[in-house]
Amino acid sequence: MCLAIPMRVIEKQGEIGKVEQGGVVREVSFALMPDVACGDHVLVHAGFAIERLEAAEAAETLALLRELMAAGEQEAGGD
Amino acid sequence: MTDERAALAALLRSADAASALARAIRDLAEGLGTVRLMEVCGTHTVAIRRSGLPSLLPESIELLSGPGCPVCVTPDEDIDRAIAMAGLDGVCLCTFGDMLRVPGSSGSLERARASGADVRVVYSPLDAVALARRSPERQVIFAGVGFETTAPTVAAAVRSAAGLTNFSVLAAHKLVPPALEALVAREDFSVHGFLMPGHVSTIIGSDAYSPVARQHGVPCVVAGFEPGDILLAIWMLLRQMRDGRAEVEVEYRSAVRPEGNLRALELMGSVYEPVDSTWRGLGAIPASGLGLRASQAAFDARLRHPVEVAPSKGRPGCRCGEVLVGALRPDGCALFGRSCTPATPIGPCMVSSEGSCAAYYRYSR
Repeated sequence: MCLAIPMRVIEKQGEIGKVEQGGVVREVSFALMPDVACGDHVLVHAGFAIERLEAAEAAETLALLRELMAAGEQEAGGD
Repeated sequence: MTDERAALAALLRSADAASALARAIRDLAEGLGTVRLMEVCGTHTVAIRRSGLPSLLPESIELLSGPGCPVCVTPDEDIDRAIAMAGLDGVCLCTFGDMLRVPGSSGSLERARASGADVRVVYSPLDAVALARRSPERQVIFAGVGFETTAPTVAAAVRSAAGLTNFSVLAAHKLVPPALEALVAREDFSVHGFLMPGHVSTIIGSDAYSPVARQHGVPCVVAGFEPGDILLAIWMLLRQMRDGRAEVEVEYRSAVRPEGNLRALELMGSVYEPVDSTWRGLGAIPASGLGLRASQAAFDARLRHPVEVAPSKGRPGCRCGEVLVGALRPDGCALFGRSCTPATPIGPCMVSSEGSCAAYYRYSR
């Protein structure tokens, strides 16, 4: 029930606007996330944008994941 | 799209990352003995079972499903109340699709609809408000079930319904942190770490789990929904256990802040207030649900359309309550896969596609 889909904001007029993902366009309410702009990526749940997805924070998880993968490769190479 | 989000999303779905994470998890698990981890989110339940993720883990790690499926933890009385309201003259009861087949003490909203009640499935609570605007002759009731992810959307719908006299909400929302605190305080609680729900946490923030980690000493990691997200979160939980730490960490960093979505919390708090609430499996928990504030009485379906609901007698043999607290694996119930299947479900954990029994039946048998 708590499913939320990442989508890109393509239109915003006050609290109402449109988001897009893979060619699918949906109307959404920005009542819970008023400070987003066109081009931002948001999570959409039950017709509402509930959070903005932040690239900088994604980069930190990405770095951790790459570190773990590199460590695994080293270990595999040394076996 | 070439930014870090896209790169991360692609990597989290990749077989390379999954095998690297599985190896890292095996390395950490070696020194830890038996590890029982619980996920508290129906979307995680489905992601874990559908991806076959447990097969990547060493046998010493057991993944359990907790009370993370909103319709599963909703007690019979609340379902019965929605069914009774749907049967009132002139009423149209709107709900999310998940609720339709969930059994009350007798029948379901789907059966009520088949017998002529006006029951409609909506994608957004705003659709129910729009329906009320279009149909002044109908009394539109929205069955407000769900956790903190959903509650602010219903609160926003109530706010947008200002001036309407034919829209109301049957509030049956549940709050995740009080239920987790009740769960960890149980004598039979034997879980070593929690995978916390990603989208509930976008609203309430990761700080909301601090009491579970700090006071009860249970490591917590808020996880995203790709198989790689969940594996990385499991690795982070094992790392906390190895280091002797119990903290709240966030794997799903692109979407979850420590403080949550303040705007959503403010709106939720202006429409709803915490109320004592009964959870299937956990019983009555103080301040673990949401009721409409007195200032919102005009939108409170319980006041506008009062119905009598008898106490539930339960379902003979159904052990959903034990499954929901991780005390019993779905296949430990005598009904599982015999009289209780997704085609002929007896308990809510088999009805809801997010229920642990349904996910287990489809993917893990």
